[in-house]
Amino acid sequence: MDEKFAGLRHDYLRHDKKFPHVWCPGCGNGIVLGALIRAIDRLELEKDELVLASGIGCAGRMPVYVDFNTLHTTHGRALTFATGIKLAKPELNVITVMGDGDATAIGGNHFIHAARRNLDLTAIIINNQIYGMTGGQYSPTTPYGAIASTAMHGHIEHAFSIAELAITAGASFVARGTVYHAAMLDTLLAKGIAKTGFSVIEVMSNCHTQYGRKNQMGDPVTMMKWFKENGVSKEKAARLSEEEMAGKFTIGVLADVDKPNYIEEYEKIREKAGAV
Amino acid sequence: MSGGYEGKENVVNIEQSENRLVLQGNEAIVEGALASGCRFFAGYPITPASEIAELMSFKLPAVGGSFIQMEDEIASMGAIIGASLAGVKSLTATSGPGFSLMQENLGFACVAEVPCVVVNVMRGGPSTGLPTSPSQGDVMQARWGTHGDHPIIVLAVSSVRDCFEITVHAFNLSEKYRVPVILLSDEVVAHTREDIILPELKNLEVVERIRPSVPPEWYIPYEDNSRGVPAMADIGSGYRHHVTGLIHDAKGFPTQRSDEIDAFTRRQFRKITNGFCEIQMTKSLMMDDAEIAVIAYGAVSRSALRAIRIARERGVKAGLLQLITLFPFPKKAVDPVLRQCRAVLVPEMNMGQIIREVKRVNLSSKVVKYSRVDGQFITPDEIFEQLLAMYM
Repeated sequence: MDEKFAGLRHDYLRHDKKFPHVWCPGCGNGIVLGALIRAIDRLELEKDELVLASGIGCAGRMPVYVDFNTLHTTHGRALTFATGIKLAKPELNVITVMGDGDATAIGGNHFIHAARRNLDLTAIIINNQIYGMTGGQYSPTTPYGAIASTAMHGHIEHAFSIAELAITAGASFVARGTVYHAAMLDTLLAKGIAKTGFSVIEVMSNCHTQYGRKNQMGDPVTMMKWFKENGVSKEKAARLSEEEMAGKFTIGVLADVDKPNYIEEYEKIREKAGAV
Repeated sequence: MSGGYEGKENVVNIEQSENRLVLQGNEAIVEGALASGCRFFAGYPITPASEIAELMSFKLPAVGGSFIQMEDEIASMGAIIGASLAGVKSLTATSGPGFSLMQENLGFACVAEVPCVVVNVMRGGPSTGLPTSPSQGDVMQARWGTHGDHPIIVLAVSSVRDCFEITVHAFNLSEKYRVPVILLSDEVVAHTREDIILPELKNLEVVERIRPSVPPEWYIPYEDNSRGVPAMADIGSGYRHHVTGLIHDAKGFPTQRSDEIDAFTRRQFRKITNGFCEIQMTKSLMMDDAEIAVIAYGAVSRSALRAIRIARERGVKAGLLQLITLFPFPKKAVDPVLRQCRAVLVPEMNMGQIIREVKRVNLSSKVVKYSRVDGQFITPDEIFEQLLAMYM
């Protein structure tokens, strides 16, 4: 199996791109990229039909490495570009990859409206709880009390839960995984991509360089252990008390509903308008 | 007249056309966009531009196109870039506050060379400013609003007929040069109703972007050529490539190499310089024997035209140069006017923006400023009075 997965690199990564990549050694982004490639391989999607669009930040650098139709847009705006592409060519499978600051701070408005609109897009949000590329400033998902380069005395704001935000905003499919639970991540991504309607997969990931070092988790292994110990399945979480769940988070498929999606609805508008 | 505009005048045979309508400027922009093959619109409500979105939402689905009302103007700009990358001609329309929000992604359209047309129906500013009084305060923002060194094309409309014709030109230039085109309208043009005869579609010259003719494995997305405009593949057409807001090499991948950065930046400007004669559109009226002239653009050029007619009736030899292209600045049309006339008046509904460009063409000539910034339109009488003072 390992050999098969190793071979996938050559099928899906660009051969003419200048490597090495920009990510720190041990970064979770590579695990997410691996899971995305395995999910796409599992779904047997054609590279020509795939679009991977990103915003700005470490996660934003992912598209350049893969041999799809790729787009590296402006900070927070990946979903807006993706919206235009999907409406212009509904037959394309459009996936966006964003970071937590990218998707829920500067791009927060686009995120909730994309979920509300229910256009058939997939949003992968790599949540490392910090602005990594710019040097460890606090993001909308930095926990209360954590240390960040713009919160050296401790963070006094409260964090968004991205998955819950997506559910409330109306996304058709919402899941949360971690870079520790890599096999589960393949499945969550495959389900999200296959789902018709707006899908969100939040991936808890490690930025040991900018977040871990300031918060007593200075290496990837410590952060992985943290994900392992605190990521709780939805079923198990249901059995735990509020106190027992403190500091933990649910993983797995958190919402999966069917409702009319934008492309189907717009087709009806065209018929009403008398399109030939 | 000079440039592409002159050529278009003869294309439409008015006598034979039965498409006579009474439209407002905003409606004529929609007709022009649809005639140009525009099939995607994304926008956000704002006065005095909203009629464009409303009419697009009604008409686009009927022709198989798509309309979407986005959550803000940042998103609208992102969406039209996405649709254009997928091969569909795209439009958005806004006014000052929304135009400010669009500047971020407008820069992306510049750096990634994505054709698109942005209509800015100018109202008084800055900030919420004067909704809804006419203004020409956004001229320099249209040229330099997004950060960084970049070329862009800015056109200005003065009438309902302009709104149709210049919109077609805007799409054509955008497609031909792979550059965003800003169409500056104003509240007067937008809401004035005039009769217009729409040309038959078959008589209209509509330009499409050049798509790659080589097989996908040979395609180099930003490869230079004699025109400086690389062939553009639609997303999803089998030509998989990377599009980024980072400065990129010929393959489209980010680069830090100074030789590649230099070549990239210079090509952006070279492609516009190469096309300058075609891009520069102006209209001359009564200039042959003019001793003084008005250089105007947008709705103000209508008042200027009336003013020079009054002047001529009084024996004042006045002429008009109407600027349709504002940027790249049509210096080849402005220079002879400055040489010919002993004084030139530049009336603007701002404190003086285009006048600086006029003065840059020829510093030795007498260029007179006339500004009106009280939210009211410049009248023919005002311009005539100025001309009379200059003529004495």
